[in-house]
Amino acid sequence: MAAGRSLDLDDVIGDLRTRVVVCCGSGGVGKTTTAAALGLRAAEQGRQVVVLTIDPARRLAQSMGLDALDNTPRRVKGADESAGGSLDAMMLDMKRTFDEVVFAHSTPERAQAIMDNPFYQSLSSSFSGTQEYMAMEKLGQLRAEDRWDLIVVDTPPSRSALDFLDAPKRLGSFLDGRFIRILMGGAGKGGRAYLKVLGTGLGVVTGALTRVLGAQVLKDLQAFIAALDTMFGGFRERADATYQLLKTSGTAFVVVAAPERDALREASYFVERLGTEGMPLAGLVLNRVHTTGAKTLSAARATAGAETLAEQGGHPLAAGVLRLHAERMRIIEREQSLRGRFTAAHPRVPVVDVPAQPGDVHDLAGLRTVGAALAGG
Amino acid sequence: MASDSGARESDWEGVRLHVVTGKGGTGKTTVAAALAIALSGEGRRTLLVEVEGRQGIAQLFDSPPLPYEERTVAVGPGGGEVVALAVDPEEALLEYLDMFYKLGRAGRALRKIGAIDFATTIAPGMRDVLITGKVYEAVRRRKAGRSGAHVYDAVVLDAPPTGRIARFLGVNAEVAGLAKVGPVRGQADAIMGLLTSPMTAVHVVTLLEEMPVQETADAVAELAAAGLPVGGIIVNAVREPLLKVADLTAAAKGRLPRAEVADGLAAAGVSVRDGAIDGLLAEVAEHAERVALEKAQRRTLKGLARPTYELPLLSEGVDLGALYELAERLCAQGAA
Ligand SMILES: Nc1ncnc2c1ncn2[C@@H]1O[C@H](COP(=O)(O)OP(=O)(O)OP(=O)(O)O)[C@@H](O)[C@H]1O
Ligand SMILES: Nc1ncnc2c1ncn2[C@@H]1O[C@H](COP(=O)(O)OP(=O)(O)OP(=O)(O)O)[C@@H](O)[C@H]1O
Ligand SMILES: [Mg+2]
Ligand SMILES: [Mg+2]
Repeated sequence: MAAGRSLDLDDVIGDLRTRVVVCCGSGGVGKTTTAAALGLRAAEQGRQVVVLTIDPARRLAQSMGLDALDNTPRRVKGADESAGGSLDAMMLDMKRTFDEVVFAHSTPERAQAIMDNPFYQSLSSSFSGTQEYMAMEKLGQLRAEDRWDLIVVDTPPSRSALDFLDAPKRLGSFLDGRFIRILMGGAGKGGRAYLKVLGTGLGVVTGALTRVLGAQVLKDLQAFIAALDTMFGGFRERADATYQLLKTSGTAFVVVAAPERDALREASYFVERLGTEGMPLAGLVLNRVHTTGAKTLSAARATAGAETLAEQGGHPLAAGVLRLHAERMRIIEREQSLRGRFTAAHPRVPVVDVPAQPGDVHDLAGLRTVGAALAGG
Repeated sequence: MASDSGARESDWEGVRLHVVTGKGGTGKTTVAAALAIALSGEGRRTLLVEVEGRQGIAQLFDSPPLPYEERTVAVGPGGGEVVALAVDPEEALLEYLDMFYKLGRAGRALRKIGAIDFATTIAPGMRDVLITGKVYEAVRRRKAGRSGAHVYDAVVLDAPPTGRIARFLGVNAEVAGLAKVGPVRGQADAIMGLLTSPMTAVHVVTLLEEMPVQETADAVAELAAAGLPVGGIIVNAVREPLLKVADLTAAAKGRLPRAEVADGLAAAGVSVRDGAIDGLLAEVAEHAERVALEKAQRRTLKGLARPTYELPLLSEGVDLGALYELAERLCAQGAA
């Protein structure tokens, strides 16, 4: 096994000062599985836990009773509560969370005007970064409710783990964008002054927009932005507050990666970014690692043996077994070398391996197995 | 090559736009590239379009990053040509404004005040409108002169993942809903016309794992409901079976004949301790469990009743040579 410090996540969830655990990583590496496994383990060790999942695999959602989809946490049946803990779980509904934010930050009439605007429908479901923003928002809400002593957060599927940190800010820069100020009827002083600098009249701009979009679309868009404008301040403040929460010592980031080149590169970026942001990193979970109970038999020896049998023409079963083992040993070798490169570059980041299960992880028993591995076996 | 070895005809005669989707990381870019090569038989030219701004095509073809410009990146097996284009939404918007509205100075002003940036990164759906607009233009583009033949015999789109595909392809219907009249409306209707016609096929790439297969099934249903033509299913990274079915069945039940394995190892001159034999048997049992899961996934895929193609797992990873190998497999199975 390559060198490097080893991670025991029991130290993290067992520490009552840990209030928020965020599971990050690039797409498909096992963020949701890790979040659910950690949540279950913490609950069975006696903590009052809520897990916020995002797009869990269907069978996992069913076995956690998450198919209700009402955007509020529900008790998970089947968790062992004998240590005095409990597990609640929810699946993020992005559109609904957005609606809630709108209603919370404006008058009922204004909120209704926003809901009715045709642009809201598309914005609330496809704004780039909406899912990340809403995950942050929901985390803020759960934290404010103060019903749980540990919140475990899954992060949205995204190619880059960094999106979780960056997307909410993108919303902020959108809200501060000069184009918005101009669209606001050029009313804002900033907007008009800006156009003056450019030597462009407002008429030219709105004229162009009207030609491209049509007058009705432009009117809808302006009405929408005007309605949203009143809530901009609230939006930004909340995003900032949650971002600050992530920097406190009660938070622990768990970075998940598969033992593959791309996933580990993303994990590296993310680890470095947490460092520059001053965000607390618990360590790296290397998920779906291959293992063997026959490590003394090398890939080369197994292959040679299979070839010998092929020449002799007998023992097809043993030949198959040897080829299968050779393949696995090659995978293990590759994974260990990738792992070694990561630990060489980040010697202070503790790492824990979670073995690849033969099947998917889709029930509480599977989550317990993963949970035990997360605590170092 | 498939075309000269008399392999079967393509299942997709008449299709000019091949859209390749699939769950993230299943091999969309790889399969789209292989399909583009497969479609570039003798005298044919294919355009391979990338839309996510990641320069995945340049990496695959070992070429420097692609500018927003059509560039030949490979020669097809029969001497055809693969041209690649990485669509940049901002450039596409300026081009579009120029082409349709002759905005001139106002267009540039829009860019300066951040409207272009706003529109392409933030305004919902705008990116998708521009990308589909660009694809539409490439599919229909004709050579100057009397022949008036199409510039590209086929266009392959390395598309957004399954979770977003129906929305991406349907964005123009959404635009039509927002803009009741005007030039935008006309363009949106024309694009939807192409995307819902038999000239388009939306292929879905999957692995034999639960989540990608589930997403494939969802996407097929969603596309069909939106009137978008579902193409084939490409099962990627399929492993060669290393053991006989009977052995796998026995292994799954934990009834693999240990003595036979031990004898075989001895005959092979491989000496291992007893514990290691248990380790080997456990590996076979795990393998059997996975094969059984894969079989279940195959059944689900079969239930979708779409033409299905399989591509092998390449243990050395995917390089340019591998793309030609995958292309040949696609041809041989009738995908191109
Ligand atoms: N250790 C493991 N062994 C076997 N299968 C696993 C393991 N961890 C996760 N999986 C499976 O891999 C698939 C993806 O896992 P998961 O949904 O947790 O990933 P994710 O990072 O949340 O993905 P996304 O980025 O799409 O949200 C699931 O089907 C899950 O059951
Ligand atoms: N048949 C195959 N055998 C081995 N490796 C493969 C195969 N197909 C794809 N890969 C590898 O799998 C990884 C993902 O493939 P690819 O980039 O094509 O997927 P994608 O669906 O386009 O991903 P994304 O959703 O990130 O765009 C790449 O490293 C690629 O080289
Ligand atoms: Mg997930
Ligand atoms: Mg890709």
